[in-house]
Amino acid sequence: MTTLHVQTTINREPAEFLCEPVETLLDALRDRLNLTGTKEGCATGDCGACSVLFNGRLVPSCLVLAAEVHGQEVLTVEGAAHGDTLHPVQQKLLEHAALQCGICTPGFVVAAKALLDHNPNPTEEEARYWLAGNLCRCTGYDKIIRAVLDAAESMRSDTREVTV
Amino acid sequence: MATIYFLSGLKQYTGGVESLTVDAPRVRELMQAVTERFPALSEPLQMMSIAVDGAIHRHPDYLKLSAGSEVHLVPRISGG
Amino acid sequence: MSGERKFRYVGTRPVRHDGLDKVTGRANYGADFTLPGLLHGYVLRSPHAHARIVSIDTSAADAVPGVKAVVTGADIPKSTAMLSLGGGKGGFDLADMGDNLLAHDKALYEGHAVAAVAATSAEIAREAAEQIAVVYERLPPVLTVDQALAPNAAILHDRLVTKGQPLPDAPTPTNVAMRMELRGGDVDKGFAESDIIVEYEFTTPMVHQGYIEPHACVARYGEDGQILVWTSTQGPFIVRDCCAGILGLDAATIKVVPSEIGGGFGGKIPVYLEPVAIALSRKAHRPVKMVMSRDDVFRASGPTSGAKVRMKIGVKQDGTIVAASGSLYYEAGAYPGSPAATGAMCALAPYKIPNFVIEAFDIVVNRPKVAAYRAPGSPSAAFATESVLDEIARRLGFDPIDLRLKNAVEEGDAAPYGPKYGPIGLRQVLEATKNHPHWQAPLGPNQGRGVGCGFWFNAGLSSSATVSLSSDGSATVVTGNPDIGGTRVAQSIMVSEELGIPVERVRATVADTDSIGYSDLTGGSRVCYATGMAVIKAAQDVRDQLRARAAKIWDVDVDSVAWNDGCAVPLEPADDRTPLTVHQLAEKIAQTGGPIIGRASVNAPMAGPAFAASICDIEVDKETGVSRVVRYTTIQDVGKAVHPSFVEGQMQGGAAQGIGWALNEEYIYSPDGLMQNAGFLDYRMPVASDLPMIDTVIIEVENPLHPYGVRGVGEVPIVPPLATVANAMRDATGIRFTDLPLSPPRVLEALARY
Repeated sequence: MTTLHVQTTINREPAEFLCEPVETLLDALRDRLNLTGTKEGCATGDCGACSVLFNGRLVPSCLVLAAEVHGQEVLTVEGAAHGDTLHPVQQKLLEHAALQCGICTPGFVVAAKALLDHNPNPTEEEARYWLAGNLCRCTGYDKIIRAVLDAAESMRSDTREVTV
Repeated sequence: MATIYFLSGLKQYTGGVESLTVDAPRVRELMQAVTERFPALSEPLQMMSIAVDGAIHRHPDYLKLSAGSEVHLVPRISGG
Repeated sequence: MSGERKFRYVGTRPVRHDGLDKVTGRANYGADFTLPGLLHGYVLRSPHAHARIVSIDTSAADAVPGVKAVVTGADIPKSTAMLSLGGGKGGFDLADMGDNLLAHDKALYEGHAVAAVAATSAEIAREAAEQIAVVYERLPPVLTVDQALAPNAAILHDRLVTKGQPLPDAPTPTNVAMRMELRGGDVDKGFAESDIIVEYEFTTPMVHQGYIEPHACVARYGEDGQILVWTSTQGPFIVRDCCAGILGLDAATIKVVPSEIGGGFGGKIPVYLEPVAIALSRKAHRPVKMVMSRDDVFRASGPTSGAKVRMKIGVKQDGTIVAASGSLYYEAGAYPGSPAATGAMCALAPYKIPNFVIEAFDIVVNRPKVAAYRAPGSPSAAFATESVLDEIARRLGFDPIDLRLKNAVEEGDAAPYGPKYGPIGLRQVLEATKNHPHWQAPLGPNQGRGVGCGFWFNAGLSSSATVSLSSDGSATVVTGNPDIGGTRVAQSIMVSEELGIPVERVRATVADTDSIGYSDLTGGSRVCYATGMAVIKAAQDVRDQLRARAAKIWDVDVDSVAWNDGCAVPLEPADDRTPLTVHQLAEKIAQTGGPIIGRASVNAPMAGPAFAASICDIEVDKETGVSRVVRYTTIQDVGKAVHPSFVEGQMQGGAAQGIGWALNEEYIYSPDGLMQNAGFLDYRMPVASDLPMIDTVIIEVENPLHPYGVRGVGEVPIVPPLATVANAMRDATGIRFTDLPLSPPRVLEALARY
């Protein structure tokens, strides 16, 4: 097996790692870069716990090969906040008590950020369908959706510039 | 004086007797009296919990009984 | 008893202290831990549902470069111990548990572990494991309750005899591990007096708890015999004691560190990987990490029983229930231990029924050994009872809630399993259901509405807690209960309430098994109740010590010092001494006697059960058979909501799981006993687009056994939804569905038939 050298940008900073050709981005993030915020729930792209943004696009990192991110940009949950400033989605999830065990939360943070990047004013139905790829077993989704819609509203009314 | 009731599944070990009233200060003494009277109950008892006045306990051997205490034997309950 | 007590912090909604780590990805779960020299473990699993293991040859695996240890059932002593929660007999059968985690003589289900390999990488471990030569002698699989009971059924365990109260002609050996019966009054007479009798046979499928985090652990066997286990578990002390019992070690040699846990719902109470990881680590002299794949989780952890339930209820014209009889058959999976007895106890629990007989059977089948799933046994039983009552209400022309109200148990009534109920909130829950605007809201086309209710206990058991006060007036509370749903913040609230310091200044921690006294599992709806009792007592211990410190400062007797609103005050009202705040007393901790540590342990009784009800509106697409829940309301007596947001979360989560069980979830097997849908694509749990907002109504009828009146909240929410959804389907389609799940193919087939 050839070992590949991947140079990429993770959470706005340059990063590099060695990996096998068959290794997934999920495994590289967790095992090579020690970014364990992204979780493995199924390894078949069905649960959303491994959600990351790949060049701004929401993808399950268990279905992306690590080698594919060479020269590209990846955002994980660890990059959602800017220093001490949480992303509004993160803040609202906390305020609405929209997490219980929290294992799905990183995936929802990334997926919800992608939603609001794409559609700053989603309806409840649009939010639910966008987030249908993120499984949660604890909450029944009620508080998560409320938090995401609340984050959308606060972002629309926020006059501060938020760099993404 | 406490009264212990035997739910239907246990009556096979008590020869049909449905309840027993015993002058026992604690659950321990009550159970000793019960197993003396009905030796066949000893083994099934190990898999049961004991309800005293509506509260179900796992190992209440030293729990004090009061006059008129009602005791029931209840299958072990597991939760998730 | 809190009575008219005004709470300052209980009932508020502070943000949980551990939440920041969870939204930023910093929180460490089972698979997020590593140690120097870590090896990776891989489990080889049986491809057959039922087979004798003739031989296992591991030599090829041993020889693979990078392999450091290989274990089989031969490395796990055949224990004869039974482990009870908190010690004593009964509870977990360690012989069965040990055999489950590495098979000895037989593979009893597809996925049953037969060997494990530890190697320098996960890939090497897997490739080596695949070279282990296992010779199986295949046996006919027994997959359902009916197959297990058939006259010439293959027998799973040669020495199994029916415990409890077997039927007179019960064969031996058998697949019926246990039969029990609950009886009251004269059921034949009751049915003879009934004006209307309704009887159906129901089935509910085997389903999985569906936690998103697979089982994961790291074990290190030290050269000095001290063992460290990092694991995702609902019960670190259970892990410790099971590992000790299965491997024949002293409990004190094992330190279990619970990680954050990504869901459990009962499925993370048993051990699957930890003893194997310890055994591998002992052989390899290096730490070993083992993580289940999602496939493993479905095939080889502990789903809950599928069940067949016959339920017959007789009523008078005025709606009084006079008789009920039920037979409940639960799949135990490969080893005895289904929640059959508990299901029997719950089936009729909400109702006053003078004449009844309930029998329940625990039946082994070639499926994974079942584990607890949120109110184990109760959902399947309630599905039957609540469906039959719904049918009865229709035939009588009764409002279904009124029918339930007419027969609802109250304080002082005897439960079907014997003891009398203390204060309970069923009546209040049903009235709140009836008065909720949802009950009267208009329905659209192809929509139907159903209602149902249910019952669950809350466990008591043992818990320990310590509360330490720092000299800066902040406090920490330490327990041994992993936090699955916000219990840490609830514990902070309790300490704040007792000491009068703000919640932000109280930090709650879950400790490892060396650092806190024995604590029973997180689960059984017991943490806010029983662990909460220990936390409150530990905080009160701190308070008493603070009173003693004030007494020292004032140079008076401690009996003349009281506590009021976060301050030590003179007991005598005429004494105008300035009260001492916690902060002021904390500053003087060293001068007044040294560190202040409050401690408490409880072994709480099981008391203060909970009732819940729900209303569901469902819309059925008659062309595709797809059903959509368009509105759902859940009502529950919680005793006292310490942190209402997390109580609502439990109610909503349980409702969602029940809806999934009713509409789409099931284990699908081939006739050979191989699971066909062992992944989240085809094991279809509810997603965000499947559900509406779930409205919650919190009822508070105080539980007299808890200082704040808390009842367990975590489990009962899953009990009503199965029947509530089926009753809504009945309303929408005119069809009484008796077999779950109500997946589109089933609905279409029924619509075509009727």
